Amino acid sequence: MTSFILTTTARLLMPLLFMFSLFLYARGHNEPGGGFVAGLVAGAAWVLYALATDAAQARRALRVQPQSLIGWGLLAALTSGLIGLVLGYPFLTGQWIRLDLPGFGAFELGTPLLFDLGVYLTVLGVTTTIVFALAEE
Amino acid sequence: MIIASVAAGFGAALIAPVVTRWLRHRAGWLLGTLPAALALYFASLIPQAAGGSATTARLTWVEDLGLSLSLRADSLSLLMALLISGIGALVVVYAGGYLKGHPALGALYAWILAFMASMLGVVLADNLLVLFVFWELTSITSFILIGFHHDNEQARAAALQALLVTAGGGLALLPGLVLLGMAGGTFELSELNLQAARIQSSPLFGPALALVLIGAFTKSAQFPFHFWLPNAMAAPTPVSAYLHSATMVKAGVYLLARLSPALAGGPAWAFSVGGIGAATMLLGGAMALAQTDLKRLLAYSTISALGLLTLLIGIGTPHALEAAMVLLLAHALYKGALFLVAGAVEHETGTRQAPLLGGLARAMPWTAAAAGLAMLSMAGLPPLLGFISKELVYESAFELGWPLAVTIALTLAFSVCVSGVVGLVPFWGRPKPLERHPHEAPPSMTFGPLLLGGLSLVFGLAPGLIDGRLAGPAAAAALGAPVALKLSLWHGLTPALGLSAATLVLGLGLLVFIRLMRTRLHAALRPWGSERVYQAGLTALNLAARGLTQLLQSGYHRRYLTIIVLTTVAAGTFTLMRSGAFNWPAADSPPGYYELGVALLIVAAAVMAVTTSSRLGAVAAMGAAGYGVALIYLIFGAPDLAMTQFLIESLTVILFVLAFHHLPPFARLTTVSERAGDAALALAAGAMMTALVLSAVGVQLYPSISPYYVQAAESLAHARNIVNAILVDFRGIDTLGEICVLAISALGVFALLKMPRRKAEGAPTPEADPQAETGR
Repeated sequence: MTSFILTTTARLLMPLLFMFSLFLYARGHNEPGGGFVAGLVAGAAWVLYALATDAAQARRALRVQPQSLIGWGLLAALTSGLIGLVLGYPFLTGQWIRLDLPGFGAFELGTPLLFDLGVYLTVLGVTTTIVFALAEE
Repeated sequence: MIIASVAAGFGAALIAPVVTRWLRHRAGWLLGTLPAALALYFASLIPQAAGGSATTARLTWVEDLGLSLSLRADSLSLLMALLISGIGALVVVYAGGYLKGHPALGALYAWILAFMASMLGVVLADNLLVLFVFWELTSITSFILIGFHHDNEQARAAALQALLVTAGGGLALLPGLVLLGMAGGTFELSELNLQAARIQSSPLFGPALALVLIGAFTKSAQFPFHFWLPNAMAAPTPVSAYLHSATMVKAGVYLLARLSPALAGGPAWAFSVGGIGAATMLLGGAMALAQTDLKRLLAYSTISALGLLTLLIGIGTPHALEAAMVLLLAHALYKGALFLVAGAVEHETGTRQAPLLGGLARAMPWTAAAAGLAMLSMAGLPPLLGFISKELVYESAFELGWPLAVTIALTLAFSVCVSGVVGLVPFWGRPKPLERHPHEAPPSMTFGPLLLGGLSLVFGLAPGLIDGRLAGPAAAAALGAPVALKLSLWHGLTPALGLSAATLVLGLGLLVFIRLMRTRLHAALRPWGSERVYQAGLTALNLAARGLTQLLQSGYHRRYLTIIVLTTVAAGTFTLMRSGAFNWPAADSPPGYYELGVALLIVAAAVMAVTTSSRLGAVAAMGAAGYGVALIYLIFGAPDLAMTQFLIESLTVILFVLAFHHLPPFARLTTVSERAGDAALALAAGAMMTALVLSAVGVQLYPSISPYYVQAAESLAHARNIVNAILVDFRGIDTLGEICVLAISALGVFALLKMPRRKAEGAPTPEADPQAETGR
C-alpha cells in the first residue's frame, strides 16, 4: 500500500528533517534542543521513510546497521567520559577547548558535545532498530 | 615482599595449567617449589616476630574509605602461614602422584595454589575487611576443590553444602566484622586488639560477637554446623588433607585466636566459645568411632580436634592458649600426614574401608612408617609432639578443675582409638584379601607424610625449636600479653601424666571393642547429625522460591501489570494516609481558559481511549492525551520537554500501528465484572498519582538545586540551555545509564521479533512483548 503522495512527501521531507535534527543537536547546548530530541527527529525521519516505502528499502537507504548505530553511540558517550578520566579528572568531567576560527569567531568544543552525539546516535539507532524490525514482520 | 608472598600464589595458579600440560604429573615437583620457598621466607621472619616486631606492609586500596590492603606477620600469623605454605608444598607434590594422568590435574593445581594464596591472605591480613575478602575466597576455592570430581553428583552436593554453610557463615561474619570495627573505631586488627575495653562496653559488642562467632564456627565445622566437613571428603584426598584438616578449617580457630584479645574476657565469650567447643569436641570424637571409611573417620576426628582448639581458646588462660598453639601445630602435622596416608592406601588398594584393610606394612613400608609416626603423635605418646601438646592441654584443664580435664581425656581417648584404626590396624596383623595387589606408593606420595611424621618426632625431641620462637609468641598474640613458654618432654610425675596414661589405656580398650560399638554408636548419634536440619531448610527454601515464582511470574502481561499497579497504589496510598503527607496545594492563581481547555482535551481523549472498540481509535486517543500533556509543558515554559513529548507520542502511535498488523481481530474477552475491576484499579491508580503529585508540589525537603544549575550552567558546563547541561554534563552518568537501558531494550525487542517462533500449542506464550507472540 504505497501512496504516491506519501512517498513523494517523504522524499522531500527526509533531508529537511535530517537537517533539522542536526540543527537541534548543534544548538542544543544553548537553546532548546539537544541530542535526545535530535535523535528522535532523525529517527522519525527514517520511520516516515520506512512507512512511505518499506522497511527493506529504508534499511538499504540507511546504509549502516541500526544496531551498530547504538554501539557507536554508546562508544561515543563512553569515550567522552574516558577523556576526562585519562586527564586525571573524575569520569565524565567535561573538557573544553576554545577554537578561534577566522571568520566565524570563537567556538567552543567540549566532551559534552561528544556525549550528546552519543545520545543522538543511540536514540536514532534504538528507534530505527525497533521500527524496522516491527515493520519487516 | 609480604604482599608479593600472597600475590605469588595467585600468579602461580594462572600458570599452573600450562606447566602441568608441559610436565604432566611431574609438575608438582616444580610447582611445589613456590610454596616451599614461601615457607622458607616465612621461617626467616620468625626471629623478628618472636622479638615482638611484626613485619608489616600496606597498600592503599580504597582511599576514600580509609581502606588499605594492610598485611602483618606476627607469630600467630606466621605459625599459620608456615603450615599453609609448608603443607601446601607437600600436597602439591603429593597430588601429582595421587592424580597421575587425570586430565584436570592442571586445574586442580591452579585451584590449590589459588586457595593457598587466599588462605595466606586470611592469616596475614591486618584489616578486617581484607581478611573477609580472603576468607570468602577460601570458601569459593574450597567449593570448587570439593566438587573437583564434578561428574559425581555426590561431590557436587557436598561442594554446594560446604559453600552454603561456610558462605552463609560469611554472610554473618561480614556484618559482625563491620560492627566490631564500628565498636572499636578502627578496622585494623593490630589497633583493634588494643581497644578491648572500648569494644566490650559498646552496645554493639553483643551482636558483633554473635555474628563473628557464627562465621568462625561455620568455617571451623563447629556444632551445629559440623556436618559439612565429613561430606567434604568427596574432594580428592590431597585437598582433604590440605583444606579440611591442616588449613582452611583452622581459619575459624585462627580468627577466634586473632580476635581474642579484643573479644575475650567476659562470660559471653567463655561460655559460647568454650561451650560450643566442648560440645563439638565430644560429638566429633564419638561420631568418629562410628565410621569405617578412613577419610570420614579422620574428618570427624578433625571436628573433634577443632572443638578442642575452640574450647581452649574459650578458656583463654595463658596456659590454655599455649596448649592451643602447640596443639594447632601438632594436629596439622599428624592429621595432614594421616590424610595423606589414607589417600596412599586408597590409591594402592582401591578401598578406604577400615575393616577391609590389614597387614599392609610389608607391601608399603614407607607409608606404614609415616602412618606410625603420625599415629603415635595423635595418640599422644612420647617422644612425639602430640604428647607434649596433650600434657599442656591437661595441665591447663586441671587449672579449671578435674571435671574438665576428664571430659577432655575422654575425647582424647576417642582420638587414641581413631589413631589406631587409621595408623595401626591397616598396616599390621594378617594381610586381608584385596582386589588389587598393593605395593609401595610413589615417592611423591610418601615424601609428604614421612616429612610431616618426621617433624612430629623432631619437634617432640627438640621442643626448644618451637617454644620460645613460634608457639610461645603466637600464644602471646592470642592473649594480648607476653607469655614465657618452655616445652619439655618430661614434666615429672604430674596429674597430667597420670591422665595421659589413663587416656591411652581407655583408647586401646575402645580399639579392641570398636567393631562391637560401631553400629550401635552410629544409630545412637544419628539424630545429632544436624544435617537433616540443613536438608529440610534447603527443601523449604526451594519450595518457597518455586511458590513465589509461580505467584509472581505467571507469564501473562496483564497480570504483571495488575500486580505492579496494585502494589504501587497500595504502597502509595498507605504512605500518603499514614504520614499525613497529603496536603492540598495553595492555588496561587486560577487556571486560564486554555489550560482548562487542554485539561478537558486530555480527559476526553482518555475516556475515548478506554471506551472505543477500534484499536486505531484507542491509540490515536492515547496520542491525543499525550499531545495534551505536551501542550501543558509548553504553556509552563518547558520547550525541551514538550518537543520530546510530541515526538515520543508520535513514534509510539506509529509503533502501535505497526504492531496492530500482527494482532487478531479485536474482541471483548472479558466479562463486565472483570472490566469493572480493571476500571476500579485504573481509577485508584489515577487518584493516587493525582494525590501524590498535588502533595509533591507543596513539599520541599531540600533546598532547590535549580538556582545552582542556573548559576553553574554557563560557568561550569559552558552551556546556556540548563536542561541540556543537566542531561549531558551535571548528571551525565544518569544519561549514560539511560541510553544503555534504551540500547538493551532495543536489542531485546529486536531479539524477540527476530527469534525463531516456537510452535505454540495451547501453551501460554510469554506476553512480555505482545508483538512477539502474535505474529502470523
